[in-house]
Amino acid sequence: MAEEPKEVWITGIGLATSLGDGVREHWEAMADVAAGPALEIERFEPYCVHRLIDINFSKQIPKKSDLRQMERWQRIGVYSAGLALNDAGIAGEPSLLALTHLVVAAGSGERDTAVDSQVLDALATRADTAVLAKEILPSALRPTLFLAQLSNLLAGNISIVHNVTASSRTFMGEEMAGISAVENAVRRVAAGQAELVLVGGALNAEREDLLLGYELGCNLWANSYRPVWQRLEAGSGFIPGSAGAFLVVEAREHAEARGAKSYARLKCVVSDRARRSKPGQIRESLDGMFDKVYRGHSPGPIAVLSGASGVAQASAEELAFLDGLDERHFTPVIRAYGSRLGHTVEAHFPLGIALAALALDRGGFYPPYDEGGEVEAPFPQAGALDRVLVTGVGHWRGEGLAVMERTSDGRA
Amino acid sequence: MMSHRFTDKKGRPVVVVTGMGLVTPLAWGKQDNWGALVEGRSGIKPISRFPTDGLRTTIAGTVTPENGCFSSAPELTIDMARYAAQEALSEAGLADISGFPGPLFLATPPAELEWPQRQALLDAEVAGGLTGYKRLLAAARTGQFRSFFENFQFSSVADHLCDAFQPRGLPVSVSTACASGATAIQLAAESIRRHETDIALAVGTDSSVQLEALIRFSLLSALSIRNEEPGAASRPFCKSRDGFVMAEGAAALVLETRSSAIQRGAQILGVVRGCGEMADDYHRTRSKPDGSAIIGAMRNALADADAAPDEIDYVNAHGTSTPENDKMEYLSLQTVLGKKNLEATPVSSTKSMTGHTLSAAGAIEAVLSLMMIGAATLLPTINYDDPDPEIPMDVVPNAARKAPVRTVLSNSFGFGGQNAALVIGTPD
Repeated sequence: MAEEPKEVWITGIGLATSLGDGVREHWEAMADVAAGPALEIERFEPYCVHRLIDINFSKQIPKKSDLRQMERWQRIGVYSAGLALNDAGIAGEPSLLALTHLVVAAGSGERDTAVDSQVLDALATRADTAVLAKEILPSALRPTLFLAQLSNLLAGNISIVHNVTASSRTFMGEEMAGISAVENAVRRVAAGQAELVLVGGALNAEREDLLLGYELGCNLWANSYRPVWQRLEAGSGFIPGSAGAFLVVEAREHAEARGAKSYARLKCVVSDRARRSKPGQIRESLDGMFDKVYRGHSPGPIAVLSGASGVAQASAEELAFLDGLDERHFTPVIRAYGSRLGHTVEAHFPLGIALAALALDRGGFYPPYDEGGEVEAPFPQAGALDRVLVTGVGHWRGEGLAVMERTSDGRA
Repeated sequence: MMSHRFTDKKGRPVVVVTGMGLVTPLAWGKQDNWGALVEGRSGIKPISRFPTDGLRTTIAGTVTPENGCFSSAPELTIDMARYAAQEALSEAGLADISGFPGPLFLATPPAELEWPQRQALLDAEVAGGLTGYKRLLAAARTGQFRSFFENFQFSSVADHLCDAFQPRGLPVSVSTACASGATAIQLAAESIRRHETDIALAVGTDSSVQLEALIRFSLLSALSIRNEEPGAASRPFCKSRDGFVMAEGAAALVLETRSSAIQRGAQILGVVRGCGEMADDYHRTRSKPDGSAIIGAMRNALADADAAPDEIDYVNAHGTSTPENDKMEYLSLQTVLGKKNLEATPVSSTKSMTGHTLSAAGAIEAVLSLMMIGAATLLPTINYDDPDPEIPMDVVPNAARKAPVRTVLSNSFGFGGQNAALVIGTPD
């Protein structure tokens, strides 16, 4: 028979986004709605993106030879992974690092868009793809860039720079990658298959090749900035955001034995794939998962960190699900964190979990990000925040929920 | 006692295999593949999919699509995976049910637009005299290229398999480079051991023989340039080996608890006894000089399986035919199995025939290992004409061999410090 599942704690957080570098800066920046989001509006016109805050990557990636081997996507990820290890008190501890399993949610690294454009310019005058690609590519491509493009090389670089070696798995699949990664980490720790897992993802949104991949499906917001919920009936689309979000997920006994403090308890993660062949299936999937994980929980206000993207069908059905929680006697207090930080795709679910853990630790919730809209209401102040629901609904496929709770040992 | 047959020494449910499917450059389907492999045939040939003049490497183990006409890497990746999964489900007696009753774990290569797609975008009519990526983005905005979107997302292959087979829950797409196929099997086994499901589908698939991928692997000096003799280019453990040969393929395995298999009356083909992994923190493409991460992965697999080194009676090597891998793998096997034991243990590389199927390799080689157990026949390492004197192993040279096989160690190593190993055993 299966043993009683182990309690899963979050004992380290590493964040690098458009609004901050590290946990403390994020707590402040996410509260300070007077300061608007950090947007790049000219470079990729008509698209805007949330641009990464200035970061000195060498603080977590000291060797120049390592930095040279990585594109920005990997630097963001390796940097934030280092912050999380540091925060959890694992960095530089060989015996703990050797026990630490790595689970990464990744797309792939950037292309050299200058080289691509060079080929495309030439193609405009000579219609011969294969010959041109052979003439230009062999001299223009760098082997290191190829390695930077492989999805699993973010994990590879984390192992090399931070010496995390117990195991290394990279999940792919846009938002689903982030959901699968956190779910896998939590389930392995709960089942005793791992004690310590470093899990997260990274996105460099400031890339034309990345924008192209999503825009093939007409998924980007191509107007001036609006908060997530206000895009649904005005054209639909997500605004990508650069971010790295990593968590140290740990068995409670293991954390207590080494004197590590927790941010929050990750009670469970569930996931599903609605077929999305007709309207209503996403909501059905979310309803089903909610009923499974909140059975027996006391009704009342529930803080929700929504990973909604702004892509109309997915986000509208998520909103219908959240609105419908009233019928189950839960009162959702919604924050779409993508309004502040952009949609960070593979990193988005880990990012939501990190923000939830931070709020649970500090005992308060974030202010509304839906300026001028009606979806996000002020949080009713009645004691410390004790539970958060994190949602992840892929802009194309995949749904996930995480149930998080306050722990008593608190760090703050 | 019956009970020990259903749980292992660690009290976990025993994970058995009840269905397998296979596509390699040699054939579509297990039976035809087995026939070719037992005869020691090579699936490597000159590339005809795109012009290769001027390239350093012009050969690969391409898979010819069933309709004979190649369209794009994702489409072939999907077709091969669907074929392999269908074959596995049929063997497991699950072909006729609607909806596979467990989760899908998929090893698949990272998705990326290729030059034919960029060319199509470039050729689309857009206003405003735009160039470069601005032009491609404007073309995308027209909404004419949604079919590219649906095939070139990282979740695309999984999504097509979900539509075809309706597995439960969220499909998991995994990449651990050339260890991906083994990792997919490991994820499935772990999920069953956690009692999340009684049954799971593990699939590995890869169609990466496209122009830019070939150029990039060439720039890393990883590929064989023995273009004049395609069939002899993949020559693991030979002195004259000069790199791996890119290849395509897919494999699928239905994994389930022994009790589920017996209840369903499904034939048990073998047991996934143990899985092990260890990440290397030394270098992006090279393993630690002391082999400790490779050694660790193999030892973890043996420990997970509760298998002693002398229980291993055949090793399906990673055996890529690169100078470094084959040497490193030999030295690591010597450490794990012991010098004397290794001398008495046959170790072959089926990549000598299939080429290196990258993300699919671990799954393909797990299927071949199970077929070898079932047929009591070891598949050979072909092209073994000039043994590397520094790798004195019984590589099952050039011809298949009748031999009982009870316990197999199957290795998979990948760029980015990925190392995975599986221990696979007989049905009983």
